[in-house]
Amino acid sequence: MPPSTTAGAFVGGLGLIISVPSVVLFTTALGFGALARDGGFDFGHAVFLSAIVFALPNQMVLIDQLMRGATFAGAALAVTLTAVRLMPMTVTLVPLLQSEKRRPLLQVLAAHFIAISTWIEGHRRLPTIPVALRLPFHLGAGVAMACMMLSGTIAGYLLVAGLPALVTAALLFMTPLYFILSLIATSRSAMDLAAVAIGCGLSPVLYLVMPGFDLLATGLIGGTLAYVLGRRR
Amino acid sequence: MAALEDGFGGYLVLFAAGFLATEIWRWLGLLVGSRLDMAGEVLQWVRAVATALVAGMVVRMLLFPAGALADLSLAVRLAAFAGGFICYYAGKRNLAVGVAGGSVLLVLAQLMPVP
Repeated sequence: MPPSTTAGAFVGGLGLIISVPSVVLFTTALGFGALARDGGFDFGHAVFLSAIVFALPNQMVLIDQLMRGATFAGAALAVTLTAVRLMPMTVTLVPLLQSEKRRPLLQVLAAHFIAISTWIEGHRRLPTIPVALRLPFHLGAGVAMACMMLSGTIAGYLLVAGLPALVTAALLFMTPLYFILSLIATSRSAMDLAAVAIGCGLSPVLYLVMPGFDLLATGLIGGTLAYVLGRRR
Repeated sequence: MAALEDGFGGYLVLFAAGFLATEIWRWLGLLVGSRLDMAGEVLQWVRAVATALVAGMVVRMLLFPAGALADLSLAVRLAAFAGGFICYYAGKRNLAVGVAGGSVLLVLAQLMPVP
């Protein structure tokens, strides 16, 4: 049942704490926490990153770069290249969140809570919610996901070292499966499906040709191709 | 050994190279997205770009993984990935069934004796 009040919508978003993306996020955060400890990072540093960044792939890249002794500029560049994806994701989600009332600060907070999980769930759930209640729902979802990310990071840092490697691998495997299945589940048009298919095909080629810029190029080339193909139908 | 210096300096590095390097793209997205019309052509194109990018990320995780997944053979990873799709469709398009099924299949495929 769709919520009818602001508080109800926020609580509805919080309810995502029991969902597939929340489990997937938790397991990915476990992996991040374990990686940070293996890399010799302080507990405080790992938790601080999860608390302020809210984008696990970027946090992994940053930890990885610093572990390899990259310079500050090199690490920041690698992170920002990984983060470029957040711009098109934010661009497509923000219009869904806009109501007549302007709330600039809450919008900035809403943008902060955009990561792949909340982007996918937002596209899936927000259209069924009254416009005025979408922002509180999304903020609730963001808080829920942030809690999972923090608890996953803490648990991963403190506990995961004892897990068999195969169990860790199975937990890590949930992330790509969740991403691809939900991309397909939320596809609404031939253009969406074409973007998934072309993105999948292009990425390994571009990864070998232009590592570092491969995701950006995959998005721009693959997305444009899918857009053109979708328009011609 | 700590990978970062203690105290304020280490946190400052994480704030700048982690938070700022990431958040700038969300701010830019907010700036552009709040000026676009829901049904507009530009938004459709951006949606296709974002979708292709995330799909590309999935394939990169699958073919060129990091951490514990890298220790499993490509054949095991691909078989379990396909298995996840089968579980998803066999389970009436249930996300939980697909994700959990694929992960369980990964463990089974790895433990299965190679003929």
